[in-house]
Amino acid sequence: MRNRIIYILMTITAGAALFQSCSSEQQLDYQRYFVNGKGIYEKNCQNCHGANGEGLGKLYPPLTDTLSLTKNKPALACIIRNGRNEMPANPALAEIDIAQVIVYITNSFGNKQGFYDQERVKGDMEGCK
Amino acid sequence: MKYLLLFATAICFLQACSNKTESKLPILGERAPVEKIVDGKTVVDTIYQTIAPFAYLNQDSVVISDKDFENKIYVTDFFFTACNTICPVMHRNMMEVYKQYKDNPHVKILSHSIDVKYDVPSRLKAYADKLGVESDKWAFVHGSRDSIFNVAAKSYLVAAYEDASDKQGLVHQGWFVLVDTKKRLRGAYDGTKPDQVKLMMADMEKLLKEENLNEK
Repeated sequence: MRNRIIYILMTITAGAALFQSCSSEQQLDYQRYFVNGKGIYEKNCQNCHGANGEGLGKLYPPLTDTLSLTKNKPALACIIRNGRNEMPANPALAEIDIAQVIVYITNSFGNKQGFYDQERVKGDMEGCK
Repeated sequence: MKYLLLFATAICFLQACSNKTESKLPILGERAPVEKIVDGKTVVDTIYQTIAPFAYLNQDSVVISDKDFENKIYVTDFFFTACNTICPVMHRNMMEVYKQYKDNPHVKILSHSIDVKYDVPSRLKAYADKLGVESDKWAFVHGSRDSIFNVAAKSYLVAAYEDASDKQGLVHQGWFVLVDTKKRLRGAYDGTKPDQVKLMMADMEKLLKEENLNEK
């Protein structure tokens, strides 16, 4: 009986530890994406979209509309890579860069949409027109 | 102790004096001395560099010239609508100037497009409308290649030129140039830096005061 209790307790502890390390790894990934994404944003996007994602009049849209970002999330990768309307294409950005800048944008300027990894971007890019 | 008090008072007075004298903005550019005869005496006067007369089409396809800037101070810059490097930053900052002086009839803004092929008035109109500005306050102008690049280099002292090695084929500096009612250069500020633009707005206040241009 006593052995059984100890066994169960240990299993729970091990499970919890595993879960903790997993989530902290994703947390770490998120932070890495976010920091790199900020650099990519400043270099490629900030001139038009602004340091606070405020855009510029009706010339360049703001990136603060979290609803629209959610709705168009699968299209973001294509827009970033291929450009749209006034927005130039960014052929030099790799999938990982695009994922990172998406994480930065969708978690800044009042947005809080969590992690978005490279694999998702890869999937999104297959649908590019 | 007595002397110390006296000393402190003197310093206070001195401080008060120096506060009272308003500093004037410098006059920039080339200058030449000329001798004039006034009441039989020779007097040396200085001739300052001024902006050469100009005439361009604005975003409404209306001709605007140096006459439209008479008795006004204005800020000018060089840009093009397809530019995605420094221009959006400059015009984000210029919007602050526009908002500040929206209702002041003595202040104008003049933006020259250096993309003479592509930025015809209809393009400039679309740009101005999307930016949300009124034509009589902020003019976006289209001119011939020579007139635009000449006025940049010779009148406003801003480097702007076509360069095939550049990604967009056009290179220009981001200066905001402040011009007074006598068409003289009174300041140049980095239009990509918000603190420089703030400084410019403070200088515009000084200039308006010097020119006795109060609101209304």
